[in-house]
Amino acid sequence: MTDTLSTAVSHELDENALLEAYRTMRTIRAFEERLHDEFATGEIPGFVHLYAGEEASATGVCAHLDGRDSIASTHRGHGHCIAKGVDVKAMMAEIYGKKTGSCHGKGGSMHIADLSKGMLGANGIVGGGPPLICGTALAAKQRGTGGVGVAFFGDGASNQGTTLESLNLASVWNLPAIFVAENNGYAEATSSSWSVAADNIADRAAGFGMPGVIVDGFDFFAVHEAAGEAVQRAREGGGPTLIEVKFTRYFGHFEGDQQTYRAKEVAEARAKLDCLKRFRARVTETGQVDAARLDAIDTQVADLIDAAVEEAKAAPKPTAADLETDVYVSY
Amino acid sequence: MARTISYREALNEALAQEMERDESVIVLGEDNAGGAGSPGEDDAWGGVLGVTKGLYHRFPGRVLDTPISESAFVGAAIGAATRGLRPVAELMFIDFMGVCFDQIFNQAAKFRYMFGGKAETPVVIRTMYGAGLRAAAQHSQALYPIFTHIPGLKVVVPSSPYEAKGLMIQSIRDSDPVIFCEHKAMYDTTGDVPEDSYTIPFGEANVVRDGDDVTVVAIGRMVSVAEEAARELSTSGIEVEIIDPRTTSPLDEETILESVENTGRLVVVDEATPRCNLATDISALVAKEAFGSLRAPIEMVTAPHTPVPFSDALEDLYIPDAQRVANAVKSVAGWTR
Ligand SMILES: Cc1ncc(C[n+]2csc(CCOP(=O)(O)OP(=O)(O)O)c2C)c(N)n1
Ligand SMILES: [Mg+2]
Repeated sequence: MTDTLSTAVSHELDENALLEAYRTMRTIRAFEERLHDEFATGEIPGFVHLYAGEEASATGVCAHLDGRDSIASTHRGHGHCIAKGVDVKAMMAEIYGKKTGSCHGKGGSMHIADLSKGMLGANGIVGGGPPLICGTALAAKQRGTGGVGVAFFGDGASNQGTTLESLNLASVWNLPAIFVAENNGYAEATSSSWSVAADNIADRAAGFGMPGVIVDGFDFFAVHEAAGEAVQRAREGGGPTLIEVKFTRYFGHFEGDQQTYRAKEVAEARAKLDCLKRFRARVTETGQVDAARLDAIDTQVADLIDAAVEEAKAAPKPTAADLETDVYVSY
Repeated sequence: MARTISYREALNEALAQEMERDESVIVLGEDNAGGAGSPGEDDAWGGVLGVTKGLYHRFPGRVLDTPISESAFVGAAIGAATRGLRPVAELMFIDFMGVCFDQIFNQAAKFRYMFGGKAETPVVIRTMYGAGLRAAAQHSQALYPIFTHIPGLKVVVPSSPYEAKGLMIQSIRDSDPVIFCEHKAMYDTTGDVPEDSYTIPFGEANVVRDGDDVTVVAIGRMVSVAEEAARELSTSGIEVEIIDPRTTSPLDEETILESVENTGRLVVVDEATPRCNLATDISALVAKEAFGSLRAPIEMVTAPHTPVPFSDALEDLYIPDAQRVANAVKSVAGWTR
């Protein structure tokens, strides 16, 4: 069964948790908007897929996770990394191909990972993550850690055999897994309303014997509540959940995409639906958080991103000695 | 009449001319029709590489977008090929073969033999390979040796716009499954290409440059790297004969062996990683069949035995370049017992 959650209430989160959530979302936004500008200067190599607009998903889900838990991400992975606690400066250095990067410059934007944080990596293969999360959930279950696994994947990835097989496997093995389908309307230039044969990705959950939930992805509180239920169920041995998060990506598929296939939905989303604007409006209206504290976070985040870019640009590149290391543990 | 067009345009023209000539040719792949169901401009993308752009409007109903379901749509292309269509499927990056390999190597490759010669599977799987765009480990591999390894598949690795057009038309007309490997750093490379339709037969190597001192066999984009090295070597008096096999399966063994019989020296340049690649394959062939002609050990210039690194600093060291080819040529040219 697929439920559409009504806009959730925010009372479960105390002020610190709200500030943390805001900081995470703001950090992701600032990171991505800065990359958008820096990419345009030609200094950033390779393919860069930005997560701006989708911050509430990574943040609302990862707010429930701790050191026992692991996540798998996608090619659009910066937001998931930041929400799971990967060091922002190391991420920036990685994107610039520097030795000081999260993966010593060997991975780049599409492969940022930090296993020590339970972050299994952004992923260049669409549909690459869900099977891995069946594995991390299996390990948590076998070892009795109480941990869960979360697979983030796109609407496009929801059509990949690996994803559908993983949904089935997770149910069959009753795994502590959460599948977060981030439906941003497009896979490259192709519309999800065309590529997903069901009305909703979450409708497919029924066929795999698990609950399916649809949430407004611009609403941090809606994501937070749905994810909270799913994580709790998984931790208690109740098995997997499929959550479909609906929103719009703010930038192109990758940087450089002219996006002529799109309508004008982005301007409208930015103006009316934006997760950061709505979060701020809500927590200040209810009086839970003082606007000045949010402003202070904005400034701190801007400084952090400035420093991250500056340090990344100045950092050394890997050298010939690094080319053939780290292929194996032993050989 | 020949004009100068890009590798991308040459491929697009080959597809268009074959679609014009033969109604059974269809094209399918992710965003090949520009992004189905999207509210903006039709045919916005023409595949991520832009190779199929314009075909959607010219050939209504014969250019299909697909969901991101490589096993299903590559398999569908293979199935359709057994029933009268001649599909050209785009497997965007060769690295994604991992997702759909069963359909290619257990299904398409095996039908004819397994079914006692009764099946024909005229499918073309277009896919881009190669390093150089800082696309990192999962979007940069040169995996054509893996396909070359599989009996039943034909494998094409075009080295220029001219080669791309003629080999694509041949691939579409060929009645076996063909893996057509386009180098991602070559789409904007330009060259002279005849406007009229033409084919380049499989299994016939091209002698790109004549020379009596050292034979250099180079695959795909490595042909232009070898040419660059040859120009430099020529100034120091070493004349290199460059052979472009064009297809790694079938492989034109004769042309390679004849050249080595003349030069007595061989360098193979292959962008793939060094184990079980075209360099080892061709070296083994020559060592076995032309042992008596060899006057120096064979040199292989390949990528190292590592995944493709992201950082430009490392990727530039990873990809074989003209300097490494020139060094290898000099070492075999100067070798004495
Ligand atoms: C197996 C595989 N097929 C195709 C691609 C090329 N590709 C990269 S991202 C992408 C679109 C993914 O769409 P979606 O899952 O909706 O994620 P989004 O980009 O919208 O975040 C495609 C087709 C890939 N990387 N891997
Ligand atoms: Mg999407």
